[in-house]
Amino acid sequence: MSMLVISELRKGFGGVQALDGVNFHIDKGEIVSVIGPNGAGKTSFFNTITGYFPPDSGLIAFNGLDIGGHRPHEITELGIARTFQNVRLFPNMTVLENVMVAQNCRTTTGVFGSLLNTPGFRREEAEIEERGKEILSFFGQRLKGYRWDQPAYVLSYANRRRLEIARAMATLPELILLDEPTAGMNPRETAEMTQLINRLRDERGLTVVVIEHEMRVVRDVSDRVVVLDHGVKIAEGDYETVSNDPDVIEAYLGRPAEAGNA
Amino acid sequence: MAESIVPESIQKSRPASDVDWSRVARQGALGGLTMVFIAAAGMVTVLDKRMIVDPWLSLGLIILLWVPVFFGFMAAREPTPDGGEAPVKGERDLLAGMVTGALAGLYFSFLIVLIDRFDISDWLSNLLPKLVDILTFGRGIGTAAAIWIIGSALLGLIGGALQVVSPRVRRMVTWAVVGTIVVAMLELIVTNLFQGLHIEWVADLLYAPRGGLTTQAAFVLAVVFGISGFRSSGKSLDQRRQERMALPKEVLARRNLIAWIVTVIAVIFVPMFVGGLTNELLANVGLFVLMGLGLNIVVGYAGLLDLGYVAFFAVGAYTTAVLTSTESPYWMPELTLNFLRPEGWIVVGAVILVGSIAGILVGTPVIRLRGDYLAIVTLGFGEIVRILFLSDWLSPYFGGAQGITNIPSAEIGPVVIPGTNSQAIFYLLAVFSGIAIYVSWRLQHSRLGRAWSALREDEDVAEAMGINTTAIKLTAFVTGAIFASLAGMIFAAKVGAIFPISFRLLISIVILVVVIVGGMGSITGVIVGAVVLIGVLGGPTQPGLLQEFGQFKLLIYGALLVVMMLKRPEGLWPSLRRQRELHHDELRQDAWLTGDPGQDTAEVDA
Repeated sequence: MSMLVISELRKGFGGVQALDGVNFHIDKGEIVSVIGPNGAGKTSFFNTITGYFPPDSGLIAFNGLDIGGHRPHEITELGIARTFQNVRLFPNMTVLENVMVAQNCRTTTGVFGSLLNTPGFRREEAEIEERGKEILSFFGQRLKGYRWDQPAYVLSYANRRRLEIARAMATLPELILLDEPTAGMNPRETAEMTQLINRLRDERGLTVVVIEHEMRVVRDVSDRVVVLDHGVKIAEGDYETVSNDPDVIEAYLGRPAEAGNA
Repeated sequence: MAESIVPESIQKSRPASDVDWSRVARQGALGGLTMVFIAAAGMVTVLDKRMIVDPWLSLGLIILLWVPVFFGFMAAREPTPDGGEAPVKGERDLLAGMVTGALAGLYFSFLIVLIDRFDISDWLSNLLPKLVDILTFGRGIGTAAAIWIIGSALLGLIGGALQVVSPRVRRMVTWAVVGTIVVAMLELIVTNLFQGLHIEWVADLLYAPRGGLTTQAAFVLAVVFGISGFRSSGKSLDQRRQERMALPKEVLARRNLIAWIVTVIAVIFVPMFVGGLTNELLANVGLFVLMGLGLNIVVGYAGLLDLGYVAFFAVGAYTTAVLTSTESPYWMPELTLNFLRPEGWIVVGAVILVGSIAGILVGTPVIRLRGDYLAIVTLGFGEIVRILFLSDWLSPYFGGAQGITNIPSAEIGPVVIPGTNSQAIFYLLAVFSGIAIYVSWRLQHSRLGRAWSALREDEDVAEAMGINTTAIKLTAFVTGAIFASLAGMIFAAKVGAIFPISFRLLISIVILVVVIVGGMGSITGVIVGAVVLIGVLGGPTQPGLLQEFGQFKLLIYGALLVVMMLKRPEGLWPSLRRQRELHHDELRQDAWLTGDPGQDTAEVDA
């Protein structure tokens, strides 16, 4: 059974139909790219899945459970994590605190546990810190050591993107939604990010949906590519199929002149 | 240093003879305006009665005389361009300071002539002929004007000179002047302390019989302070703090522990050696520390701007009153607030319970609101609560405008803690504040505290990261409400009678100012803020250490808040996070200019 099944998803904002009957599914262990020109509804797609906007109609089923209309934190708790197109860290919290706070929904200590400093509380705090450091070590030396105690705002742009992924991983998801993870990165960093996305699946067993503009990344990571345009899915298939699809080329480049005259 | 990127034309400083006259004119006008404003606000007339150095220097004069010095200092200060060299200091700074002072004095003497010639007290009620008497020193108007102009010019010259001399000498002068004035201002508390220690004769040596330091004492103090200023390292508190932060964690933890132990010992023993007056001040400070800690959780930790915080204070006070007062109109359980007996704990429990319910009632409707909207709605709630207690509709329960009287004092076993015994009240508040400090400290470094700071930084993202924002917002409101209701409980037991008028909007604002001035999100900051604002200046109804300023308290609050927001928005004793937040742009800019990425600044791309 597919991990996430979306059928006939619709979401409109006033006159704009951001999502107009999208069907989508992803199986466990897959990496699927969502591409499309600007304003195609890709980010709205993510926002609707993660509960930022309730869908107007349609079904979003995650592991067999209808999650349409759930609040974002409930959806995160069920196992869907995300990153943001414009990096949104907690800039004044330290690197380590950023990944520690993301484990909130996986931990349970309440007010009284922390007030009384119970053994359970101390054990859990140690676990949170341990797990946070382990997740940061996924990124090699970049977010380790002295970086733990640095506030997030001092990080370079690429490291902020990495930390955002680390923070999403810290919610211990099954499915992770990456919104343009290589935006603004140089070729070397982009290549590294490509590997990283593959490692998310291979080493961490995560299922990944990625919105991406960089076609090389799309080619190198995707098992399957889904193309959105004006809120409608216009193509789906492996990279080769989709990149030669006339509808996709038209959506990106416009119709050839002679065809337009016909 | 890396190669400077600032153009050479900016780097070069101007020759020492060249005075920036427009700057001088501006600062002179500002100085004159400030002096006129201080006189028109009535501060000179009122504060003239308070002597600083008997018999020639009164507080009323001092609050005028600092103005030419300050603006002379400002006029002579030339900003160092970013990355450029500091301007050469020289005669031009002295000249600038002197002219600025003379201008300020000139404008001010216009005012003296004006009130001498025309009676304008109809418009500005403080500009009375009496003011002229003070300002002319009993001489003719012409002589007085000359004295003010020449005097101000000299003071401006001193201000300018302070720019020119070495930092060491500047420290010596400022320490001598400020230290002497502070000792004079603290006359009340110092005398009180010496009486407590049974060494009144020291106070008699220091202070003249009709108030103020004696001239000899002032001289000795100035010399002592001057020498210590000269010998001090001149590091600012922030520099020391940063140095401290660089220490290894274990050393830091040990030092913090020592600092807290010293504080606790001081809290226990100091009230025993000071008189009733100082204890009264301490009790007021304690009350606002307790409330400030509560508001700090809501505003400082969770970032929810609550302008109706006084509502919870009122709820705690009224709960106590209804449960314990013999005069409480409707309900008559007549429990006593005895901390060693079960009925006392019923009262405490009821206050906590009702406070929590109030927290939930206020918190629930505002869950979806943010920023300005949240502030406005909580402001409304604060007023609603006061008006409900005032209303005729509920007067059978809460007594309406007559309030509830005859609230018995708190007790500990057989020992009664009467409201008049401020020392005992202070200890009581210290215990509750201690609990509040512990709770704040534990929560700050827990799962909940981290979730609060995530909420404060970015609510949407916090929710996307699996944080139940509704739950943690309510927890913040409830925790804050409990602290305030406990403060209300002690307040009710202390004053013995409560009225709706005691719970005005002003209280909410003062608590917020305490938290902001002290440093949002910082426990020590709240304590520092309460000591400075409530202890030194005085609370909304309580007199402070500087009682003389009583009627100008709100004016000074306002001025202080403006200066703080401009010069030190993170508060007097900020939390590390807040300091980073408000200054990280500057740090990054410094790093960019010097080409040195440093430890705590922008990382050069990895």
